[in-house]
Amino acid sequence: MRYIEPHAHMVSRVTDDYVAMVTSGCAAVCEPAFWAGFDRSSVQGFHDYFCQLTEYEPKRAARFGLPHFCWLCLNPKESEDAAFAKDVLAIVPQFLDRPTVLGIGEIGLNKNSRNELKVLEWHVDFAARHDQLILVHTPHLEDKFKGTRLTLDVLRADSRIRPERVIIDHVEEHTVKMVLDAGFWAGMTLYPETKCTPARAVDILDGYGQERLWLNSACDWGVSIPLNVPRTALEMRRRGWSAEAVDRVIYQNPVRFLSQSPRFRVE
Amino acid sequence: MTRQQVLDLYFLDARHKLIEIAAFLDRVDRGSGEADFRLDAFREAMKHLADGEPKRAETILMALSDPTREPIGIAPGKGAIGAWPGRS
Repeated sequence: MRYIEPHAHMVSRVTDDYVAMVTSGCAAVCEPAFWAGFDRSSVQGFHDYFCQLTEYEPKRAARFGLPHFCWLCLNPKESEDAAFAKDVLAIVPQFLDRPTVLGIGEIGLNKNSRNELKVLEWHVDFAARHDQLILVHTPHLEDKFKGTRLTLDVLRADSRIRPERVIIDHVEEHTVKMVLDAGFWAGMTLYPETKCTPARAVDILDGYGQERLWLNSACDWGVSIPLNVPRTALEMRRRGWSAEAVDRVIYQNPVRFLSQSPRFRVE
Repeated sequence: MTRQQVLDLYFLDARHKLIEIAAFLDRVDRGSGEADFRLDAFREAMKHLADGEPKRAETILMALSDPTREPIGIAPGKGAIGAWPGRS
């Protein structure tokens, strides 16, 4: 079995996780920029984080033969301070040409505030001006439905945005249809307590087809399971999916989306 | 899958979760002091389990969601709690 982990926060994970992923068939890992669990106190803090994502973490992954790619942005949990967000966005161009950068992400909304929305619009404009792929985080729990609708409003309002170059992540049963109907890709995040379980993710695949959908563990410093993509593959096999159908979802689909960036390559 | 296959694969897991919910509600009842809007939201959402309609997971997620369209003024914090207080 082979798979792509298209969303994992490996800076928060231990080296054993790399070993487990590679020995389970992981062929590449992609790491969006996210919240560290605390607010950075300066733009320099983001500069250092972007260096970690583009320099150190690819080297750490390479020790285990795993290609590591990343996405850059200021995450929505730190976008309430719009002036600070603008300063952070201003340093992103320094990193855009680095060889493992795939696009802008994970941008989006957290509590659906006006400033978050403004910062999301800036990121979308930035991605459009720099012709970048976009990875969107959708809010947690009670805020997800509203935040997904607001996000779609922002993306559809910008005529430069091509839906096939945008993935909207963390969809669940109440948001997946609106994302797919609008022509975007949708990501399902496999968490033990929130977002999707493996069983529910396969239900969604059964209900909405296997086009423009991918699976990710989004493993980070919280309660999460780095091997939840291969565990969901096991769930598919238990339900009688063929090996080819499993491969299409956990390998071919992410490769199809990510290959829109010329920097994404897997053996 | 046939219904028999679904039951073979998932019945014990669903039974386990059902009993966990029952035990949770018993635990809340035994607790002291006032509950908050989360318990009302939970009880309302639970009604959809037994209404016989399809798409129960989607319906329950919606019952726990903020259905409004306007962005809020300022983010009150970073976390989410799992139910929307505006329904109570």
